[in-house]
Amino acid sequence: MTGTYLGMPSFPRAADASTRDHRLRANLRRATHTIRAKRDRAVAELDDWVQLRAAGAAVKDRTLRHLDHYLVQLEESVTRAGGTVHWAADAAEANRIVTGLVLATGEREVVKVKSMATQETGLNGALAAAGIRAYETDLAELIVQLGDDLPSHILVPAIHRNRAEIRDIFRRRMAEWGLPAPEGLTDRPADLAEAARLHLREKFLRAKVAVSGANFAVAETGTLVVVESEGNGRMCLTLPETLISVVGIEKVVPTWRDLEIFLQLLPRSSTAERMNPYTSMWTGTTDGDGPRAFHLVLLDNGRTDTLADTTGRQALRCIRCSACLNVCPVYERAGGHAYGSPYPGPIGAVLTPQLRGLASPLEESLPYASSLCGACFEACPVAIDIPEVLVHLRERVVEGGTVTLRGTRTVIKPAKRHATERTVMRAAGWAFDHPRVLRRGQRLLARTRGLHPGRLPGPGRAWSDARDLPEVPPESFRDWWARTRGGSGRKGEPS
Amino acid sequence: MRVGLFVTCVNDTLYPRTGRAVVTLLERLGVQVDFPAEQSCCGQPLFNTGYRHRTEPLLRRYAAAFRDHDYIVTPSGSCAAMVRDNYPRIAAKATAEGRPGAVPAAVAEAAARTYELTEFLVDVLGVTDVGAYYPHTVTYHPTCHGLRVLGLGDRPQRLLERVEGLDLRELPGAEECCGFGGTFAVKNPAVSAAMGTDKARAVTSTGARALCTVDNSCLMHIGGILAREGSPVTPVHIAEILAGSKEDGADGTPAGDGAGRGAAR
Repeated sequence: MTGTYLGMPSFPRAADASTRDHRLRANLRRATHTIRAKRDRAVAELDDWVQLRAAGAAVKDRTLRHLDHYLVQLEESVTRAGGTVHWAADAAEANRIVTGLVLATGEREVVKVKSMATQETGLNGALAAAGIRAYETDLAELIVQLGDDLPSHILVPAIHRNRAEIRDIFRRRMAEWGLPAPEGLTDRPADLAEAARLHLREKFLRAKVAVSGANFAVAETGTLVVVESEGNGRMCLTLPETLISVVGIEKVVPTWRDLEIFLQLLPRSSTAERMNPYTSMWTGTTDGDGPRAFHLVLLDNGRTDTLADTTGRQALRCIRCSACLNVCPVYERAGGHAYGSPYPGPIGAVLTPQLRGLASPLEESLPYASSLCGACFEACPVAIDIPEVLVHLRERVVEGGTVTLRGTRTVIKPAKRHATERTVMRAAGWAFDHPRVLRRGQRLLARTRGLHPGRLPGPGRAWSDARDLPEVPPESFRDWWARTRGGSGRKGEPS
Repeated sequence: MRVGLFVTCVNDTLYPRTGRAVVTLLERLGVQVDFPAEQSCCGQPLFNTGYRHRTEPLLRRYAAAFRDHDYIVTPSGSCAAMVRDNYPRIAAKATAEGRPGAVPAAVAEAAARTYELTEFLVDVLGVTDVGAYYPHTVTYHPTCHGLRVLGLGDRPQRLLERVEGLDLRELPGAEECCGFGGTFAVKNPAVSAAMGTDKARAVTSTGARALCTVDNSCLMHIGGILAREGSPVTPVHIAEILAGSKEDGADGTPAGDGAGRGAAR
């Protein structure tokens, strides 16, 4: 998917380090809890939230069922409006198309609107390899770029940084990328914002090419929509001569009217705002207004494969609001980087293994990066049952099964690393289905209760490192019942 | 009314006091309780770890064990959630995949008769005052499955509020997961312990002497951390509080199952 996240360790290993980073934990806790509380209030204001949520899920599902139709309609509408549509099967192809388009303009720098799709493809790296410098213009993306960092949140990519860290990054790095930070920059939010504004203004006024993503693409009109809070995206969408938008194929909605649902669901879920501050919409090109050339790159990169999975496809409903991240207790402790992808948190744990395939220990570990508490499902504005998909993907990891990889139905084998666990689960399943065996085990446990170690060996050690073990009682419930109730419950016990 | 007690494997093996408390409580309320011995684990640890096929015999076993009961009552929010939320889905999938052994109709029908204890008390028996006495400060942690899958709402609190002598303290961040999550605690030990430690801190901040939930597995996790930290808080299943009476609930240490070795017993 991207070069930048390659070679990341599996989730538990990455999280082992990040949970011990107290500054990270404090930054994340403060940020997620603040937005969580605001979001609850914003959602509670609408008395038709439940219906809106159901409508959002229904529109997305219907669109996904007829995705081929709506994509062709989108292509026709965009072309009719003066744009050019390109199809990219994977990240490499998307990057090749965008690089070629930029080089053809003769320019060697682009301004970028914050975009998850280009994070996913690792576009900035591909552009750099072709001698093109990409400037991120979203404030948080700018902080991440200047800090040689990776985004750790879908909406707030620099959520893991506090303002003192941001001031240091600005002071240290701004000069290398353009206008230096003002003398004596403090960590006051207004001063930091002003420094970024001055730095970015120079870029907006100079750049001839912009690269964006889109939150929605309307099939019937060919209109693309970007939803943002700062207005920097709008500068990129209107000032340059050439605009290239890289958009995942699942972003299409059938009609203009459908936006009514999503423009209510998205801001309240993501930033806890009633209405989004900057909603920019553009349809092809218009003489004397905005970019003179418009290119739409439609990105597959694993989406069609995901669509082929009837349980997992609901992840494609995602509108990237990040509400699931903000309520997730695992994300809050582990941080976004541990997920090894631009899509962190619960949605990342189901989206990344599907888009990339269960290709490495990292992707295999992601379906387990959840306690299945269900807070993500509850928060999701398009009702993605993330716990259901997580368990479904766990089954793919340990039992294998049929998946679609690059358009071909394939039966994958169970992951090798789970061989011991599989043996244990087989034995447990057998014992649970033979209550007499279970009972013998319970009695053995009870008889040896004086001998139990305080710490467990093997994989159980992780448990007993942090918690005391429960003490085994002298008599199981089953035995107590048989002893005191005259064994009436014994009848029917299979041999 | 024929009520079958689904005691769950964790309670059967490690927390038999909870099962005994359910029997005491229901019998005090005039309900005749039956314990079919052919019952077993609900299969949750297998299912949640990705071994769906291996749960199918357990579905069949459950439906058979409780086929004659009007209601199936269990003192575990997560096991009730497993039965109600997942059994019908698993059975239907098994049939669709050509393994009809799980009998979707029987399984779905048994799932519909399954109640978590507090739900059964409030919704079926229609009581909130169960005549209990428990003279201690208590804080209540709503477990994730009880809260979000079963939708227990404030039923447990309504029952606790009517317990004589009980002083209920509000738990800060109550709706946050404690971090147990079955095999999650083993597969992601660092995050699980971090979540549990935060939960234990919130519990201690209430000043309550007892922590109560509808699920012993969450109590095992939180209680294990509390015990390791030398906390005086005793983990106790809600059934044991509701079964408490003036005769056995003398002032002093709250009666609990002792989720950790260090916990008072």
